[in-house]
Amino acid sequence: MQQVAKNHEHGHAHDHEHGHEEHEQLKVLGFWIFLVTDCILFGTLFATYAVMNHSFAGGPTGAELFALPGVIASTFILLTSSFTSGLAILAMNKGKVKELIGWLIVTALLGLSFIYLEVTEFIHLVHEGATIATSGFWSAFYTLVGTHGLHVSIGLFWMLAIIIQLRRRGLTPVTRRKVTTLSLYWHFLDVVWIFLFTVVYLMGVM
Amino acid sequence: MWESFLEFCSWFFVTGDPLIYGAMVSIALTMVAIVFVLTKYKKWGWLWREWLTTVDHKKIGIMYLIASLLMLFRGGVDAILMRVQLAFPNLEFLHSDHYNAIFTTHGTIMILFMAMPMMFGLFNMVVPLQLGARDVAFPFLNAVSFWLFMFGAMLFNLSFVIGGSPDAGWLSYPPLSQNEFSPGPGQNFWIWGIQISGIGSLATGINFIVTILKMRAPGMKLMKMPMFSWSVFSSCIMIILAFPILTVTIALLYLDRFAGAHFFTMDGGGNPMMYLNLIWMWGHPEVYIVVVPAFGIFSEVVATFAKKKLFGYKSMVAAVMGIAILSFFTWAHHFFTMGTSASVIAFFAITTMLIAIPTGVKVFNWLFTMYRGKISFKQPMMWTIAFIPCFVVGGATGVMLSVAPADYQYHNSYFLIAHFHQVLIGGVVFGYLAGIYYWWPKLFGFKLDEKLGAWGFWLWNIGFYVCFMPQYALGFMGMTRRYYTYGWDYGWESLNLVSTVGAFLMGAGFVFQVWQILYSIKHGERDTTGDPWNGRTLEWSIPSPAPFYNFAVVPQVKETDDFWRVKEEKANGTYKEEPVHLEPIHMPKNSGLPFIMSVFWFIAGFGFVWEWVWMAAIGMIGVFLTMWARSFQYDTDYYVPVDEVRRTEASLGRVY
Repeated sequence: MQQVAKNHEHGHAHDHEHGHEEHEQLKVLGFWIFLVTDCILFGTLFATYAVMNHSFAGGPTGAELFALPGVIASTFILLTSSFTSGLAILAMNKGKVKELIGWLIVTALLGLSFIYLEVTEFIHLVHEGATIATSGFWSAFYTLVGTHGLHVSIGLFWMLAIIIQLRRRGLTPVTRRKVTTLSLYWHFLDVVWIFLFTVVYLMGVM
Repeated sequence: MWESFLEFCSWFFVTGDPLIYGAMVSIALTMVAIVFVLTKYKKWGWLWREWLTTVDHKKIGIMYLIASLLMLFRGGVDAILMRVQLAFPNLEFLHSDHYNAIFTTHGTIMILFMAMPMMFGLFNMVVPLQLGARDVAFPFLNAVSFWLFMFGAMLFNLSFVIGGSPDAGWLSYPPLSQNEFSPGPGQNFWIWGIQISGIGSLATGINFIVTILKMRAPGMKLMKMPMFSWSVFSSCIMIILAFPILTVTIALLYLDRFAGAHFFTMDGGGNPMMYLNLIWMWGHPEVYIVVVPAFGIFSEVVATFAKKKLFGYKSMVAAVMGIAILSFFTWAHHFFTMGTSASVIAFFAITTMLIAIPTGVKVFNWLFTMYRGKISFKQPMMWTIAFIPCFVVGGATGVMLSVAPADYQYHNSYFLIAHFHQVLIGGVVFGYLAGIYYWWPKLFGFKLDEKLGAWGFWLWNIGFYVCFMPQYALGFMGMTRRYYTYGWDYGWESLNLVSTVGAFLMGAGFVFQVWQILYSIKHGERDTTGDPWNGRTLEWSIPSPAPFYNFAVVPQVKETDDFWRVKEEKANGTYKEEPVHLEPIHMPKNSGLPFIMSVFWFIAGFGFVWEWVWMAAIGMIGVFLTMWARSFQYDTDYYVPVDEVRRTEASLGRVY
């Protein structure tokens, strides 16, 4: 609002630049609010999982089938990717496009290996006889973990799109904003995973 | 080959009911007529350029309005059919299956495809103008929201002739809505129609929160913002917190049906009551989502037509925001009978009663605004005045329902039906109608005819009481909802007949309103001043209909009713004319992507409905590609040169 007021005092040439930058900030705020809605989405899935926590219906339990080493590995991979996406932002703030793209690529590769591990875990579980249709517990498990995995996968495509745009256009107010929202999204998924790891896996095997 | 084609058709299309054959023919004829008219008058390009690709909030608002009026018609026909079936005992007008489908679609359409889009229409038509903004924060996203709603609604309505309507109640409680009891695509239509439009609603919530927080004209502090915008803010906060729950809940229901999951099933560790909890965690805020903006409309209308400042502005703000919070703590009152502990029931009973407090504050504020005001009884004010007693009674019966021990008697009876129709018609519908009459001249440049409007008004109002007052009594007499027929020996026949007469009166009221709109397009009083009601807020300071960039000059705001201040200062000569300096205006470009993306959503939804994975995959890939394409679009805005602004303003009679 204050910026709108400022706009009026400035001349035309300034005005155009300002209009853009201000709008990019609106988008970051909008993205924060989107993250609020995503929080509620995951909150609902967590609540569902909590209700279904012991609904094994005579089938396998989580403690019987979860293989922690793989999950711990993927946890560290995702945490590291959050760190590297932070490094990408630092590179962006220094104005180094190449470094920024490099860290984004590292982040994407880590994300990709996380997804690979998750898919192999799911395949393993299905072979052990735990499918989405086995019991309420496994329905809730696959939905919660799968929704997170779907978010990460979408994030990978998004990252790819932004890497291409950065190569073509370099750093502009628009690409800067895009990298900012992407990294917000990526950190958010990391936080969700920490909860997920604790509630589903650690508490699951206890 | 031919045989198998016929066989496919026999389960793909709904067959065997003359009413539905009639509907199919009329749908086909209407579509042919539309295509014919568009082709004959060479209007396809116009349709695409001016409407399908628009990102102008005013045009999007108009499209929402048209769609919601069509849905009001469809939901209203459903209501009339139900009332005809119940007019006399043992009637065989509708079969029980058909009746189930009709009460389901009536409820779903009225809440999700009538009330919601009418509300979004009003958001779009009014909020940016009230805030002194050129558009919403994210015009492209706004178009996405609209088209998602539109295609979701079309998908839902398609079930009527293709595949079969959902028939497990407007909220599709499991286990009835599970595969065992509701095989076929009907329930899937319900799920995906709502899911697709729900994503749009969520995006609108985000959009208007950012618009309200960041796009207000300079000087308009939050506590100087018009009341309607406050109510939109409250409603949007509820939207962003409640709609994700709906998204998850119906996605889980779909997983139960499609993938054999066990969330809400009776076996495999599922828990149907969890569905009830989840759906009402969205569902209760949802009714406040639709009614709070109506409160905002009444606040604007009362102040304008009583020619007084709104009484108790701050308490009004506190009340709308308080309702937004409280609304999330009352959901279990929809199923006090579920058999939970007394303390849980007591908690939800008390929170429900608490809601009456902020609502009561508002009623007194409106009354005190009118007190000693010079009231002019124009159409918006008529609906507002009719609303107050209606809503007070509806609220009081709501408090009766919140008394948990007594609720065991009222639960799912016609008493409940009468209660929520009274708050939803008396509150939401009356409110939105008041809003439509009030802001119509701003959008279209002419007023709606008073005389025909009066017919509509009185028919609606009398019809409402004739229809629903007997239903309170029927509830006490033991009639529960969703009965498709009853015997002569129940003693319900006379009250039911009266109720049906009332429904027809309301239907007649709607017909008068449609007539009123058509009549007024030609004969309605033109609004040449831009301020037909002697309004108080910024939207009345610009010409009607508003130019596409809304404000040639962004206003500087000093007070709550800033336009009123300017008018008063001009009247007593203290107004300081500030030098006007036109600048190029930054505007978003039109885009076809929202429409195309929503078409792909529709294709995906149709695939999900029929559980045709290939089709769902094509649709989702299309959605993904359109999003990808959008990400690569950088040329999304332009500047309107000063000359064009000056010319446009001059053509509207304003010289700069």
